[in-house]
Amino acid sequence: MPVTVEIPTEKWAGSVREVTLGATADEGGTRTKTVTVGGETSLPFLHFEGKYPHPPVVAVEIQDSHPDDWSPLLLEAWGDVTKDPAAWAKKAEEIGADLIMLKLRGTDSSGAETTAAQAVAVAKAVLEATGLPLIVRGPGQAERDNELLVAVAEAASGERIALGLCEDKNYRTIVAAALAHNQLVIASSPIDVNLAKQLNILISDMALPLERVLMDPTTGALGYGLEYSFSVMERLRLAALQGDSMTQQPMICFVGEESWRQKESKVGEGVPETWGDWYKRAVMWEATTAISLLNAGADIITLRHPDNVPIVQRVIEKLMES
Amino acid sequence: MGLSGLAIYKLLPKTNCKECGFPTCLAFAMKLSQKQADLSACPYISEEAKSALAAASAPPIRLITVGSGDNKVEVGNETVLFRHEKTFYHPPGLFVRVKDTQPLAEVEETVAQVDGYTVERVGMDLRLNGIAVENASGKADVFATCVEAVRSKTQLPIILVADDPTAMKAGLEKLDGSTPLLHAATADNWEAMAALAKEYKSPIVAQVPDGDLTALANLAEQIKGAGVEDIVLDPGTRGFADSLAALTQIRRLALKKNFRPLGYPVITFPGEGTDSEAEEVMLASEHIAKYASLIVLDHFDPATAYILLTLRLNIYTDPQKPIQVSPGLYEINGPGPDSPLLTTTNFSLTYFSVAGEVDGSGVPSWLLITDSEGMSVLTAWAAGNFDAEIIAKAVKTFGVENKIGHRKIVIPGAVAVISGELEEELPGWEIKVGPREAVDIPVYLKNVWKN
Ligand code: B12
Ligand code: SF4
Repeated sequence: MPVTVEIPTEKWAGSVREVTLGATADEGGTRTKTVTVGGETSLPFLHFEGKYPHPPVVAVEIQDSHPDDWSPLLLEAWGDVTKDPAAWAKKAEEIGADLIMLKLRGTDSSGAETTAAQAVAVAKAVLEATGLPLIVRGPGQAERDNELLVAVAEAASGERIALGLCEDKNYRTIVAAALAHNQLVIASSPIDVNLAKQLNILISDMALPLERVLMDPTTGALGYGLEYSFSVMERLRLAALQGDSMTQQPMICFVGEESWRQKESKVGEGVPETWGDWYKRAVMWEATTAISLLNAGADIITLRHPDNVPIVQRVIEKLMES
Repeated sequence: MGLSGLAIYKLLPKTNCKECGFPTCLAFAMKLSQKQADLSACPYISEEAKSALAAASAPPIRLITVGSGDNKVEVGNETVLFRHEKTFYHPPGLFVRVKDTQPLAEVEETVAQVDGYTVERVGMDLRLNGIAVENASGKADVFATCVEAVRSKTQLPIILVADDPTAMKAGLEKLDGSTPLLHAATADNWEAMAALAKEYKSPIVAQVPDGDLTALANLAEQIKGAGVEDIVLDPGTRGFADSLAALTQIRRLALKKNFRPLGYPVITFPGEGTDSEAEEVMLASEHIAKYASLIVLDHFDPATAYILLTLRLNIYTDPQKPIQVSPGLYEINGPGPDSPLLTTTNFSLTYFSVAGEVDGSGVPSWLLITDSEGMSVLTAWAAGNFDAEIIAKAVKTFGVENKIGHRKIVIPGAVAVISGELEEELPGWEIKVGPREAVDIPVYLKNVWKN
């Protein structure tokens, strides 16, 4: 007697919030395009049971001064533009980036501390060089982040820049700056569902609409904690779909930064022969981290290697086929 | 999953004789349903009830073995949809495909490379699992020659890929009894293929086109009806989105609906749905994370093999317990009393990153591993498992002061902030802050330590 298979679909009560980065002239900014992420009503790419209205996007990471600590593979691939953030942003747009992520290093190559005025000047130059929406990240120490990000938020008022990182230590300052100047924040917490939720609650208590909050669950690279990020992201996304309002923010993963920090990507000599060709290994290390986290629910992936931008975008396109 | 307590109760004698050690048959049934009791504890259970219960308590995804001996691969028997719910148990077998239309020398070279490939990560030797041989020529004798050549270069498990039962048989004859996996039984050839599977006691793949799960379930039932129970599913989907959908649906049906006709492991061919080697690796990555049990690759390359093996290790690590090493004072490169002393946590990944660099530097050194509950440096520090007190305790516990003449200890650059407290905990010691990343340790040991 033939059996019939009924496709098992989940009826989810909740969905991910839609968040739009960037503002055009009509909307009070200067961007030529905006990018909307989120809105999904299913687990990653399960088109048979829900909507995935916006494909995940790729942000290319650039830095405010020459990143002399980067892998030679990256420096070689980008060439001279790494010495000029505006040119770098332009090049990133040319190769097809959906977004630009400007990371402020905090010091220049001589070790001098970046001033707020310098951070503002770079951000403005980048905004002028490209029409893409922007993410701006501080050096990653709460106090310095506050100093630089607040200045950038003010100088680029109305651009709907995503400011990061906004953590439990400094969220008040960053959220206040976002509120005052119509920017977004990246709420960042260390691989923990409850901490992520808690931070979103604190942020929304300050009356920043959740339509202006992205969530960074903390990225572990392939071989360096990826499994923890993968699982916490799955749990966050399940909670979001089950209707837990404070977990419904789109997720951003700093894939480039994490995967290019690892030995497998950074160095080509003095490593086991079984690691294979350096370029292939390093570039695929980043791409594999990206695809794994997309399958766990990432909405924005940041990348460092230009060759990976079309590769990852093409895979996203294929994941969106229904 | 298994039967409910009440459903089991209906099959028991209902005499409440207590011989099983439980006050009532119902109590016993409840424990059985929670897998906290064993059926054999009841002496009065009927044969009929026994087989009904055994069938119901069979794992929702059948465990399938490909190959034999030390190299065999066991897949299936998974119990959850998400690894955080418990863990994933049986890592997918990674196979590399060769075709009988390739020159034999080329086939043999690829096979030898796959066979010889091992890469070490966190103290484990990671390997690919086997070879798939495809009958692309359509000729039985050519296939047989190719299979023979493959077997001459490896004892790893083999998947035979052929549509034609005659060719399949020719291939099987070259593998005497090493239970290869047969790919595939289809709507057209399943009777002959199932007969071969039965004759050679080999597992077999049921394959349908385009993700038609109803057709797949019926085909699997037909094969089972022919007396072959070791089945693997190929839903025929080859792209990123359609294979994700099919694999998710199959896993859900097996686990959530206890749907037996699809309660088998799934095989995928990421090379068939992609345009480049890079894409193949990414689709294979998706399949590792999302429910494939056997993955057949069309490329072998050490760089990408290392990536996929690393990802597989990540995804199949038990989320409840990090892989760790024992705390203690480790000797690297035969250290003496004057050799440098470094300290770090007992998270395997951390230990092996650091030990690997120290070893590679050639500098004889001591490495003090603290009891940090298997956490990385910053995680342990944030959780209070790698602080001044814990390091000082390790110095005492492992008798460091007896083995080492000097009083200098290098701490990871990431926890530079604890050096003040550590000075207090270890009076008379000089606390040196090492580099942040392990890669920079060799240069540090060669230049900085000396001063
Ligand atoms: C995976 C992970 C976890 C996993 C645990 C994994 C584990 N077994 O340790 C989980 C999810 C459980 C976790 C939990 C927490 N985590 Co955590 N976690 C990470 C993550 C993503 C990766 C860590 C990792 O595996 N690194 C790889 C290993 C190899 O790195 P490592 O040990 O540091 O070793 C390197 C160097 O330090 C150096 N090195 C090591 N030893 C030595 C020795 C010497 C002498 C030298 C010279 C060098 C050296 O070599 C290695 C390679 O370069 C990081 C963020 C990130 N992307 O790095 C956060 C991170 C470490 N976690 C963090 C936090 C805060 C936590 C929690 C406290 C959160 C919370 N409140 O719950 C908890 C604590 C645990 C608890 N209470 O249960 C923070 C720490 C912040 C800080 N600066 O203090 C981080 C940095 C995230 C962040 N940005 O906020 N975490
Ligand atoms: S031994 Fe069997 S019959 Fe007796 S109480 Fe237990 S389950 Fe019931």
